[in-house]
Amino acid sequence: MGKIKLKPKARKGVIGIKALITHPMETGQRKKKGKLVPANHITHMTVSHNGNVVVDADIGATISKNPYFKFHIAGAKGDTIELTYKDNNGKTGSATAKSK
Amino acid sequence: MKRRLFLKSAMAGSAVATAVGAGLLTPTMVFANSADFKAVSDAAGASSAGAGKGSFKFKAPKIAENGAVVPMTVDASKMDGVTNISFFVVNNSTPLAASFNLSGAATGYVSTRIKMGKTSPVEALVTAGGTTTKVAQEVKVTIGGCGG
Repeated sequence: MGKIKLKPKARKGVIGIKALITHPMETGQRKKKGKLVPANHITHMTVSHNGNVVVDADIGATISKNPYFKFHIAGAKGDTIELTYKDNNGKTGSATAKSK
Repeated sequence: MKRRLFLKSAMAGSAVATAVGAGLLTPTMVFANSADFKAVSDAAGASSAGAGKGSFKFKAPKIAENGAVVPMTVDASKMDGVTNISFFVVNNSTPLAASFNLSGAATGYVSTRIKMGKTSPVEALVTAGGTTTKVAQEVKVTIGGCGG
């Protein structure tokens, strides 16, 4: 459901990966008109580089709405970067991009 | 007679609404984070207590105007064999914000944005070669980011 922007960019043997996921990241503690807004946040995210998992993250509701992440990975132009996430409702999303 | 009944039911309904609004249902009862994340958070808290001072760079603002979006960066790319980077907000109800397990080609660099309820020290934990080190910084929050 969420939209993912994934922008890997290679420079001097290091790929800088910028990722922006559109996700409400509700903690389940916030109230709206006296009712609690149900929790809806990403719990798990992985980033792979040419098929090998390089980042495997446990994410809490503490991460901001529409989370932004940046990682550095050794690699070169043309490498494939894939990002997948899973939220607490079991929904998943993924994006693949070739490094520039 | 009909009108009287209607009024009665309307009042009963509003009574329930106020009970919820007044906080009889506490946030902890419907707490968002799953049990296993809580376990990870507890473990990070335990390792934080025994961690020495790290020799990596941790960038976070001294004053955050908006607690809903606090950018922070850990740069441990000079360290070898970084396996985990965690962000730990001491005064949040779930202190661990996120834990990144790095492997393979990943270098020790993570940047993200977190929510903070109130002013708190923020700790960055980096595990490299089996030892955990931390760097802490106080972040002042002028507006909380947890719906307060």
